[in-house]
Amino acid sequence: MISLWDSIAALASDPNLRWITLGCMLLGLSSGMIGCFAYLRRQSLMGDTIAHTALPGICVAFLLTGVKSLPVFMLGAVAAGILGTLAIRVITARSRIKADAAMGIVLSSFFGIGIVLLTMIQHSGDGSQSGLDKFLFGQAAAMVASDVSLMGGVSLVLAVVCALLFKEFKLLAFDPAFAKGAGFSVSLLDFLMQALVVTAVVAGIQAVGVVLVAALLITPAVSARFWTERLGRMVVLSGIFGMASGLLGAWISSQAHQLPTGPVSVLAAAAVFLVSVLFGSKRGLLTVRLTRRRARLNLQQASASSVKEAG
Amino acid sequence: MSSMDFWILLTGSLAAVSCAILGCFLILRRMALMGDAISHSVLPGIVVAYMISGSRDSIYMLIAAAIMGLLCVLFIQWFNNRGIQSDASIGVVFTSLFAIGVVLVSMNARQVDLDLDCVLYGEIAYTAWNTLQIGGVDLGPRSVWLLGGTLLLVLAVIGLFYKQFKLCAFDPMLAAALGIPAALFHYLLMGLVSVATVSSFESVGAILVVGLLVIPPSTAYLLTDRLGVMIGLSAASGVAATLLGYLIAIWLDASIAGCIVAAAALLFAAAFLLSPKHGLLAAKLRHSRLSRSAA
Repeated sequence: MISLWDSIAALASDPNLRWITLGCMLLGLSSGMIGCFAYLRRQSLMGDTIAHTALPGICVAFLLTGVKSLPVFMLGAVAAGILGTLAIRVITARSRIKADAAMGIVLSSFFGIGIVLLTMIQHSGDGSQSGLDKFLFGQAAAMVASDVSLMGGVSLVLAVVCALLFKEFKLLAFDPAFAKGAGFSVSLLDFLMQALVVTAVVAGIQAVGVVLVAALLITPAVSARFWTERLGRMVVLSGIFGMASGLLGAWISSQAHQLPTGPVSVLAAAAVFLVSVLFGSKRGLLTVRLTRRRARLNLQQASASSVKEAG
Repeated sequence: MSSMDFWILLTGSLAAVSCAILGCFLILRRMALMGDAISHSVLPGIVVAYMISGSRDSIYMLIAAAIMGLLCVLFIQWFNNRGIQSDASIGVVFTSLFAIGVVLVSMNARQVDLDLDCVLYGEIAYTAWNTLQIGGVDLGPRSVWLLGGTLLLVLAVIGLFYKQFKLCAFDPMLAAALGIPAALFHYLLMGLVSVATVSSFESVGAILVVGLLVIPPSTAYLLTDRLGVMIGLSAASGVAATLLGYLIAIWLDASIAGCIVAAAALLFAAAFLLSPKHGLLAAKLRHSRLSRSAA
């Protein structure tokens, strides 16, 4: 109990930790919001693929510049993410390979190449590389102030863009044909959406790691779906769930020495998901049970009274 | 070629062939990402088996991992039935299970003889040192026995029920109408994928297993229209990727498992461009011939 109290006190008193936690919360917020649209466009696993493709991008960026700097890594990751997306498009459009297999191929081959580059860098004995493997599972506590402000800033911009384009994305998600008829450029919107997903993934790579960062896009959105049927509320809820996961992930992993941030954030999101599955007010198990029972009782009453009337 | 090279190549080839055979059925049923999900989900099973049994005894690991793999499939199915679309339920289930595994590994780093590197890309380079000894007799690397047994199991089950698996892969409706228990074969296939995944896990790691499950079968899929041929080609390209990848790994001094998957991707790219039937070049040639004959 004392250690819990201590860690809360640390969160309140340590300014560095406070900034990191805030950054992770902003990241969770923007990923949660964008994840809703990715969910509706059935592109949840696209985020996972893009995240894995980022690894060779980071390694190449390091090999080219020789310095460990987050902005450079982010550029490399974005470039690799776009390349991966294009590769999936080309494979599905120009051959008989289906989308799921194309995603599997791109994910594993990019990640394989990334692992090759990573081990090459490690074996070359370059001292400054030691932090590069932290990008696999993420380590929020290792971030310096400029990294945190970059991550927080990008996340904030993503959340604002997502809020501003809410109507357009809603249209795209539910009725792309109508969107086209109403004069929107569907391909432009689609590209924007894709770009938001890539940016959200890339923003999270240092804090949450390439292996699991996509879960911040998927899990909060799916959890929110259990509480509401309206997109606006779903986006807000998902953002809040993502924020809570980011908070818990950054905080718990900073307290336990060995724990990487990514898996802890994902587990926090999974806990929210479990609660939503059980108690969600729209589709939760409990709600569904209660609604069914009420309907059965109503039916029995109605049939009993109609029998009485007939008699 | 030293004996160490030989054991590494044999281990890699055995893993690649088991995965390549099963991958064909996954690809045809459009369930490539199910392989992704299973290969991630077996991790908590492996770690818990380590922690309970206190040894690296393979049989516990196999059982625990097969259970986890099937649980993962059941969870995905269950959430799917609750109205969550399939890609999202796959994403939620496997990331959560994998996260549990990673947290267990990093919390018990001292008791569990596994590190995060091994989880991601295996330790095939050390296979030759980890030998199986019964009654003081050295029987060769343990992973070779494990992977060889897995391959025999896969060959036996697929060989025995080849017709049923084939029908379920191409026409599940017809299979159901003919009275073939499609659900049973679905779970049988998933169980085999879990077993193949976990026995390859030590050698190539969680994420690169996906590469062995998906890339060689896709290469074969571009080269033929017959299932039997596709399985053979898929296994052959898996073995070729292992040989090529090992050479690249020695040349670059890099991760062997990573190089094997990268080599598999190279072979896929070659098939994608040059396949006589479904390749990009063949399509271009056909197209230009057609337009010339029309003119």
